[in-house]
This record gives sequence, structure tokens and C-alpha cells, in this order.
Amino acid sequence: MLPDKHGHFNGFGGRFVPEVLISALDALEKEYRRAKKDRAFREKLNYYLKRYCGRPTSLYRAENLTQYLGGKLTIYLKREDLLHTGAHKINNTIGQALLALRMGKSRLIAETGAGQHGVATATVAAMFGLECDIFMGEEDIHRQELNVFRMKLLRARVIPVYSGSKTLKDAMNEAIRDWAANIRHTHYVIGSVAGPHPYPMIVRDFQAVIGQEARKQILEAQGRLPDYLVACVGGGSNAMGLFHCFFKDKRVEFIGVEAAGLGLHTSSYAATLNKGKTGVLHGSKSKVLQDKEGQIAIAHSIAAGLDYPGVGPEHSYYQKIHRASYAAVTDSQALEGLQLMSETEGIIPALETAHAIYYLKVLARKIKTKKTAILCLSGRGDKDIGIIREHLKL
Amino acid sequence: MNRIDQKFRELKAKKQKALIIYLTCGYPDLKTTEKLVLELESRGADIIELGVPFSDPLADGPVIQESSAYALKKGINLKRIFSLVRSLRKNTQIPICLMGYYNPVLSFGPVKFVQEALKSGVDGIIIPDLPPEEDRELVSLSKERGLKTIFFLSPTSSKERMRYIAQVSSGFIYYVSLTGVTGARQSLPSDLKENIRIIKSCTEKPVCVGFGISRPEHIAGVFKIADGAIVGSAVIKAIKDSIGKRDLVERVGRFVREIYVR
Repeated sequence: MLPDKHGHFNGFGGRFVPEVLISALDALEKEYRRAKKDRAFREKLNYYLKRYCGRPTSLYRAENLTQYLGGKLTIYLKREDLLHTGAHKINNTIGQALLALRMGKSRLIAETGAGQHGVATATVAAMFGLECDIFMGEEDIHRQELNVFRMKLLRARVIPVYSGSKTLKDAMNEAIRDWAANIRHTHYVIGSVAGPHPYPMIVRDFQAVIGQEARKQILEAQGRLPDYLVACVGGGSNAMGLFHCFFKDKRVEFIGVEAAGLGLHTSSYAATLNKGKTGVLHGSKSKVLQDKEGQIAIAHSIAAGLDYPGVGPEHSYYQKIHRASYAAVTDSQALEGLQLMSETEGIIPALETAHAIYYLKVLARKIKTKKTAILCLSGRGDKDIGIIREHLKL
Repeated sequence: MNRIDQKFRELKAKKQKALIIYLTCGYPDLKTTEKLVLELESRGADIIELGVPFSDPLADGPVIQESSAYALKKGINLKRIFSLVRSLRKNTQIPICLMGYYNPVLSFGPVKFVQEALKSGVDGIIIPDLPPEEDRELVSLSKERGLKTIFFLSPTSSKERMRYIAQVSSGFIYYVSLTGVTGARQSLPSDLKENIRIIKSCTEKPVCVGFGISRPEHIAGVFKIADGAIVGSAVIKAIKDSIGKRDLVERVGRFVREIYVR
């Protein structure tokens, strides 16, 4: 199973980092492999996922949405929005915090875009009694102010990042710099299936619980596997979490939905797999949005959590081997998806998730016969209310 | 013989150490970078590191970050940097290393990059986010063609890693004095001496120390234990302080002279 021992996914992934980080990545990988085999660790992780986070999350048959979209595409929602802190991010931060404790680290740092990963990191830091600093682009601090306040309530420091595009990419640069300086007592909690090896593997494995539950639940509900798995992709952690354990179920089609921003024909989008070329960003080789000189492009999406010019290496691999396909949905289509879910099912989703929801509409129109899809409802929309209000006149 | 090897040989014969100066290419413009190289050579610099600006320089502190962003706005790219080196080679034989992040190299094409570097008169390459095992072809091609590939060691490197890097690095070994990013610091780290001693016990290759070196006493301290000192952010800061002044080049030259008197 990939990645190989060098952290490569068939040419993607790897470890493109300054030397000072190498030993910490080695130590993290070693500790993770040990923890994975340790029953006590797994029990502890499961305990917190169940008792603290609220797993398993429900797989909800969205009958109204199914009917609204014509009835041919039966839609199930994997309700990660019901988890503690309101998104799938905590699956990973619980796991990484437990690893940090095993390694004797006293401080957690993280980058955040939408603020969900920042909140999920600040939450576990508060619970486990760890110091916590969150790096967040100044632009995102502005558009996700509710989450900034939540992090502060949890006693995390939110460090504004003013460089570059002042969004997720720059927050990640700054987190890596901080980690390099404080590597001895700090664990860097990367929030997506991105970054240098072993992060893409670790985050995938911690998020894979989404798909493991969903697979069991759908078999119970309808006695067979779904035809489609649909999830939004920024860095790609909720999508990879849903897809991963269906990898060998060849008839289950994976569809990742990227942010087309103002449109793929413009220069304002964050659809890395659709528009990027192979490059190296934040420690791994994957598709990257970049100019012809290899300078990293500035991404755009209405959803801060998708506003990133890179993508996890395993998605680039899935794309390369045609295991998954990747669509793209614009800002305004995402808003439409958000309203659609709110009005038909009474669930206000995160703007990130809304991209995948809109795609269900496209998919429902495309299919000829009855099919079933599982959508990863990766997060709830409370954090986005300010931004949604700016765009929608109700 | 490669100019870097030649330089270290000469210095060794004179019982001297190498002063290596980093300049962000195109900061504040390419013409000035060219003049700075010549000026700094006359002020005692032994080797020049030319920084290739990158949008996301994650091993760099704020000073070099800012200079890179500035240079990028002026449209500096690898092609223009190679022509700068070509032009410099009409006037100087000082060893020149390109220091830049991997993505622009990957985008340019690693094979073409090595060819163009050699053709223009570059002696070595330093890619801070490329551990040697991630692009063995670049390393072996460079070796075959005579371009030095300088790799890093840091205070967190294991003994095994030290042996590996010492073996694969050529020209010299770049020892990062501290855990963190580039930028001036108050004093040299206390574990520097011991770490250099361990590295030196694995290799005959020159070991040069960079990151946080900004004062005469730092350079003097490094020269006691290693083969060279690398000064970057402090020089970039000196350039920044002189931008807009007609005598920028002389001012930066004087700064370098002040931090190191041979």
C-alpha cells in the first residue's frame, strides 16, 4: 500500500523540506508506526472519537434533496458536521494530539484557512493541556472572525500572517518556519492530507474513519455499496477520508469537487487538480497552481478552506491513475448548493462542503439510471454566516 | 578545476577561511546585483551565493522574504539570472552558487537548469528544500558535469544523516547554525562547536556555517572552528537601508568590510 517507505505515491509526495525538519519527520513517522500497532493507543483514540467527538456520525438519507433533484440519484449524507467543533477536522487533531503527547511535546501549532482546523487544534490543545499557536492569514482572519474568536476562547494564540496572499498558503509557510525554530518541543498539526511525508499518510489514516463508518452504514442501509462518493477538495482531507477505504471497490466512483472561484476561464480559482501542474509546495510533490516560472499562484475561493494553490499528493496520484475524477464548482454555484441543502434538508453546510453539494445537482442530471451517492457533509456553515449574508439577499 | 574547490584550496594554503556572501538576485535590481558582486569581491568576499527569488521561501526569515518578493515584482527569473552570471563572468572568477527553492528549478527543467547554470558560469547550486534523496538525477547529473551540489546539515541532523550528507554534498557542506529560518541573531548557538567537530570527523570536505551570522564576532567565532561563514540577511538588511541612495554599492561594500577584516 502507498505511500512507499520514502513517502511517495507513484511519483507524488515525498519530503521536500529544509534539513532541520528531517529528523522531526523521521521521529514522527516512527512514533506513528509504533502507535498504530499499540492497542492502548488505538483504544484511547477510539475513546475520544466516540465520547468526546461524537462518533460514529450518522449516514443520513437525504430524501427531500433526492426528490428535489429528480429522484434518480439517492443521496446519503455522511454527517461530519455533527462532530464536536462542527467539522471532520477533529478526527485528525485528536489523533495528532495523542501522538504529540506520546512524543513528549508541550506545544501544538497549526495553520488554518477557514478556521475549522484551527478550532479543532485549539480544542484538543485545551483538552489535553497543551500550549497552542494557530497561524492564520490576515485575509482569513477577517472572513472567518467567528472562528478566530472561538480559538481565542479556547486559549489559543491566533497569529496573523501578512505575507503573500494572506491566506492558507501563507499561514502554512509561517507554521513551517515556526516549527523549524521550535522543533524540539513543538508538534506541527498539519490539517490536510498535504505537507511532507509522513503527514499525508497520517492525516489520511486518521480521517479514514469517515469512509470506514460510511461503508458499513451504507451496506446496512441498502445492502450494497454506493455508486458515487462525492466530497469537496481543498487540500483534500475529508475527501481522502471518505474515499480511502473504498479504494479497492472499483465500482465505486470517487468524485472530488474543487473550487472554481470566479470560473476556470478566469485567473481566480483554487482548482489545483483541474488547472495546476506538477510542482513542489509545502514539502511535497503534487499538482500546484503556479505560473510559467514556477512561482506559486494566488488561489481564490469564496470558501477559505478551499482557497489553496496546492492539494494532497495522494489526490494527484488518484487523478493520475484515474481512480478519482475532479470536478470544479464556482463561488456562486457553491452558494446555490448551500441554499439547496439548507432549504431542502434543514442543514446549513459550510461553504467548502457547498461546492460538493452543488455537484450533486450536476450528477443527478447526468445519470440515466438509478444510482446512489454518499456526500461527505464535511462541516456546518455557522462560521460562514457573515460571508453568506454579504452575498445573499434574503 | 571547479572554482569552489580552487578557492578552498587557495584559502587552505594561506590558512584562511571563506567569507561567503548571500545576495538576493535582482534586489533592488539586476544591475545593482552585478555591481554588488564585484564590489563585495574587492571587499573580501570569497564566494557569492546568488539567491533565486521564490514566492514561498519557507526557510527564510522576514528580511530575505521581503527581498525576494521585491525582486519577483521586478520580473526576476532564472533566465535573467543566468544572463547576469554570464555578464559577471566577463569581469570576475569569484565562485558563484545559485541558491533557490526547488519548484522554479522543477518548472525550468532540472536537466536544462544544470546545463544553463554551467554554461553561464555558475559553480554550485544550493536548494534548501531539496534533500538529496528527492532528486538523485539532479545530483548525479550535476556531479557528472562538474556542478557542485551543496547540501545542508543542521543541529537536529542525526549522525547517520551527517555521514550521508557529507558523502553526497560537494563543494562544501552548509551547516545551519540553528533551528529556525535565516535572519540575524544575537549570538552563536552553544552547540555549534561540538556539532562542527562531529561533522568534521566524518569528512574532509569544507564545512561552512550560515543562518544567524551578522556580526564580526560571529564570523571570527565561526572561522575558529569551520572553513567558512555565510552572511545573508545582514547584507540584505544593509542593502535595504541603502535603497534609494546613490552610493548603495559602496555602502554595502563598507558594511561587509566592517563585519570582516581579514
